[in-house]
Amino acid sequence: MQILIAIIIGGIFACAIYMILRRSIVKLIMGLALLGHAANLLIFSAGGLAKGHPALVAPGSTAPPEPYADPLPQALILTAIVISFGVLAFMMVLVSRAYNAVGNDDTDEFVNTER
Amino acid sequence: MSTLAVLPVILPLAAGAISVLLWKSLRVQRVVGVVATLALVIVSLLLFREVHREGIIVVRMGSWPSPLGISFVVDLFGSIMVVLAAITGAATAIYSVRGIDKRRQSFLYFPLLHILLMGVCGAFLTGDIFNLYVWFEVLLMSSFVLLALGNERDQLEGAIKYVTINLMSSALFLTSIGILYGTFGTLDMADLSRKIAATQNTGIVTTLSMLFLIAFGIKAAIFPLFFWLPASYHTPPFAVSAIFAGLLTKVGVYAIIRVFTLLFPIDPGFTRPLMLFLAAMTMLTGVLGAAAQMEFRRVLSFHIISQIGYMLLGLALATPLALAGSVFYIMHHIIVKANLFFIAGLAERIRGTSDLKAIGPVSVYARSPLVAILFFIPAMSLAGIPPLSGFFAKLVLIRAGLEIGEWAIIAVALVVSILTLYSMTKIWAEAFWKGPARREDEAESVTKDAVPPSMLLPVATLAAITVAVGLFAGPIFDIASRAAAQLLDKEGYVRAVLGDDAMQAEGSP
Repeated sequence: MQILIAIIIGGIFACAIYMILRRSIVKLIMGLALLGHAANLLIFSAGGLAKGHPALVAPGSTAPPEPYADPLPQALILTAIVISFGVLAFMMVLVSRAYNAVGNDDTDEFVNTER
Repeated sequence: MSTLAVLPVILPLAAGAISVLLWKSLRVQRVVGVVATLALVIVSLLLFREVHREGIIVVRMGSWPSPLGISFVVDLFGSIMVVLAAITGAATAIYSVRGIDKRRQSFLYFPLLHILLMGVCGAFLTGDIFNLYVWFEVLLMSSFVLLALGNERDQLEGAIKYVTINLMSSALFLTSIGILYGTFGTLDMADLSRKIAATQNTGIVTTLSMLFLIAFGIKAAIFPLFFWLPASYHTPPFAVSAIFAGLLTKVGVYAIIRVFTLLFPIDPGFTRPLMLFLAAMTMLTGVLGAAAQMEFRRVLSFHIISQIGYMLLGLALATPLALAGSVFYIMHHIIVKANLFFIAGLAERIRGTSDLKAIGPVSVYARSPLVAILFFIPAMSLAGIPPLSGFFAKLVLIRAGLEIGEWAIIAVALVVSILTLYSMTKIWAEAFWKGPARREDEAESVTKDAVPPSMLLPVATLAAITVAVGLFAGPIFDIASRAAAQLLDKEGYVRAVLGDDAMQAEGSP
């Protein structure tokens, strides 16, 4: 399972980079979304995969019985998802404004700031 | 004491919230903006005094013991950075009252400025690497909006480049955090420092250090990763450019210094040659780029890159003196760079353009000698002319390089200094010195409105600080070297955060 997830993460990273390198700004957004997902999945699997072992502490003891799924990566991903969601929403608005201003979705046309 | 350490975050947050609630009244927003940032300066100075006297301050959120809980760890370096952020923030707020047009102000300019400051201060204070990521995102989000505010074509193009590259760097940062947690099972920087030092698996440590170097290197605009900066920094209003130029890349530099002193100390076999190479290339490409440009802010943008090289140089040499040089350089650079961008704004206001060729032949000097003199001080300081702050910053770094015999990098640093002087004199000659070529030019030249005192005040204050840093270089260098000694003292940091027991318990892993 670990290996499968690792391959999937690698695949998503590759797709993300490929999409970001495309010339269309719409594909740029998709690439950035994928990049965020890949990073989140990586954190999730880096914490170790434990199927069916919730980190519940029995009354009277101070630690959950081994093995248990580490809850911290899940909390981290929750934060990271919210952040990447917000940033993506902003990015979409920005791209739509830029599309209106430039009149083209080809990043090669974005040359006003280079001289 | 513990309230003092969280106030630099709470204060801008409160100010931002108040300004959002009163978004209909620009007047109140301006007052809140100026008052809150000035209060932040006072708070940060108090915090600095406290840290200077008492040593590292640790605040544990919710009183959870480290490393379980999240903590704020304020050492000298962090508190110096907060002071600088507060000063830049206050100068920007005062400058913005007149320097940002009403339309932009009514689109929540001031709240965004406060949230930006909150993110910057949080990044400087936190002792938890995941929270560093969160603070980075806070400041990036507000910087994205500030950069795009106004909806001009250049701004939107610049913003897309800036947002894309910063999102990629954040994703990389997040990925490295994931691997870090998977390997070491902790996110507290003090705990990580201890565990990384104890580990036998050097391969993963090297991989992680390089991932962090790339992630922060993009934000700090070091050598191969800087192309987004000159493409975006000259597009927003001048006040926004100034606070970006002063603070945002320096957050990246701060993160590099923090990570490469605390987590992955500079390794003479691998990291040092790499960093020295990156520092040399950053200095050279930046200054050569600046020499080729003819637009005020683009010249200054390329200069930011070359100056980042000097800060990296101090870290790469990794002696106490060199690190002190880096800290001193950052202190000098933030003030000077923000000020130069403010002055570019004044020059544009006086002459109606910031293209150096178009500013002449009727120069800014002819219109306002005061502005020209105010430009002269930070410009010469940036080039490293004594007795201004830049001279001492460079002197310390070069001395540190000579002490350990890194001749090549010293030669590069000196050449870059001369090239910096060259491009500063270019701006001076084109924008401030040229007299009218013909009599008619004088008449037909555009005269914009005069410079209001509220825009002149922050510029003059920052110039005065530059002179003061030069004149009191001794005491300020003492502070910088104490900060550097504290940065190199990993055990001290770990002990302050985790307590003495943890040190002994982990003594034999």
